[in-house]
Amino acid sequence: MSTGILRVWQRNLDVYRQNWKISFMPPLLEPLLYLAAFGIGLSGLIGEVAYGDGKISYLAFIAPALLAINIMNNAFFENTYSSFVRMYYQKTFDAMMATPLSVEEIITGEIVWGATKSVIATAIMMVILTFFDLIHYPTGLLLIPLAFCGGFAFGSVGMYFTGIVSHIELFNLPFFLFITPMFLFSGTFFPLEGMPPWAQALATALPLTHLVDLTRGLCYGSFAKSFPLALGYLLLFSMVFYPLALTRMRRRLIK
Amino acid sequence: MIETEKCVRVHVMLESIVEALQIRKTYGRLVAVDDISFTIAKGECFGILGPNGAGKTTTIRMTYGFSPLTAGSLQVFGLDVTRHAKAIKARIGVCQQDNTLDPDLTIFQNMTVFARYFDIPKALAVSKANELLSFMSLDNRSHSRALELSGGMVRRIVLARALINKPELLILDEPTTGLDPQSRHQVWERLDNLRRQGMSILLTTHYMEEASRLCDRIIIMDQGRILVQGKPSELIREHIGKDVLEVSSHTADLRTYIRLQKLAFEDVGDRLLIYGNQDDHLYRYISNRFCPEGCVMRTATLEDVFLKLTGRGLRE
Repeated sequence: MSTGILRVWQRNLDVYRQNWKISFMPPLLEPLLYLAAFGIGLSGLIGEVAYGDGKISYLAFIAPALLAINIMNNAFFENTYSSFVRMYYQKTFDAMMATPLSVEEIITGEIVWGATKSVIATAIMMVILTFFDLIHYPTGLLLIPLAFCGGFAFGSVGMYFTGIVSHIELFNLPFFLFITPMFLFSGTFFPLEGMPPWAQALATALPLTHLVDLTRGLCYGSFAKSFPLALGYLLLFSMVFYPLALTRMRRRLIK
Repeated sequence: MIETEKCVRVHVMLESIVEALQIRKTYGRLVAVDDISFTIAKGECFGILGPNGAGKTTTIRMTYGFSPLTAGSLQVFGLDVTRHAKAIKARIGVCQQDNTLDPDLTIFQNMTVFARYFDIPKALAVSKANELLSFMSLDNRSHSRALELSGGMVRRIVLARALINKPELLILDEPTTGLDPQSRHQVWERLDNLRRQGMSILLTTHYMEEASRLCDRIIIMDQGRILVQGKPSELIREHIGKDVLEVSSHTADLRTYIRLQKLAFEDVGDRLLIYGNQDDHLYRYISNRFCPEGCVMRTATLEDVFLKLTGRGLRE
């Protein structure tokens, strides 16, 4: 099982390494744009935000959220659009299935690759955020393994959608109904504490809320009480969607 | 009775590499493959022929573990495909019908990345890739990408890639469909070469010329069933004879004559096909007596067998 996953992962890495100059750009530039727009533009209006017992700058508030969003987007995009292109248009999985690789190895390799993209993006972004003194070390280093966990969770759910959509346009639905609301309402750009209770409850059900919780704790060097719960949620999320993704893809690929 | 005896004898004489026994595949209510049995001997080139939707692709997909069997037993190298798919796939080479070359990689990378799926060490993969690309006369295109190449080249690369693990059985799903005659002959030449080296080959095709040229033995399938199996030359002799006389504008007299003489024939609308066994005298008689506008006598081909058995209706 294990070498097969590695082989699929290596194939994606080989392709990534050919285009690394382009692939490096978004995670490098995106946080800069967000920091400029929200951090500098909006923080004048907002000033400080209450966090835990104290107050922090708005820039410090949104920086970890940007990391979490980046983790989500990289893995989810990779295992929806990119995996779908490989599966449907390029027949890459069909070719792999004529070798000793199994469907399980192919799909797991793809999800692990999606999580790897999250890790790469996180590492690049951390360089920028560190430059602005927005990450507390050494706890900040744990963002790397966290990026993998988060990437695996969002990659799994992405792969599940890849297993069920009939054509590529349909990915607009999960992006519009799942990713965008999370991007906005997971305690990313404003604290959940100010929201009505039902909205808070809704946000708690979303995986990004928990990932944001975790990136904040690691960036600030303070482990909140909700830490085990948040981590547990992400693991549970993977444990549900990873097997579901395997089942749907097996059904899709084996005819 | 004679049929079974023949089978048993073949069994004893040759080591079989594929053994399909009453294999069946259904998709919902559609029966794609309907209880078929066949064996492929080591070193043999075995062809599956049939019109579209006959179940050819499904049959070979089952042999490389891509499609699970609904019923029956299928063994490759003496291993059960349902339980030992991984071990079997390590020892076969597959050319699928679709172009599955990786467009994100160069041709050379296609070879080496593919070799890695088989856990072939890097150094060996590189030398094997060079060797195979030059065998396919493609060594000058190593750094091209699949999208830049012609259909014929793509097919040769897919073939080269399928050989990277030194397979004991090569499975080809319509290896020359969509190729121009030059490219088709290029592919045939390579396959001939591999055959001479003792490679066992299983292929599907709907080019009769391809089957006659390459295959030691064929089966003709239709609607999931095997209609006939045997050597191409024997099937022609058995079902058609040696020659075919094609008469384009026939008269009622000719029909009466054919019926009286009890000749085997087929009416295909605008033409009448009369099957015979090199009875020159008869042909000369028919052409002088009934075909003032002339008629054509030609050697019987596998295509005659195929059309006779599967009918002339369109399959769409």
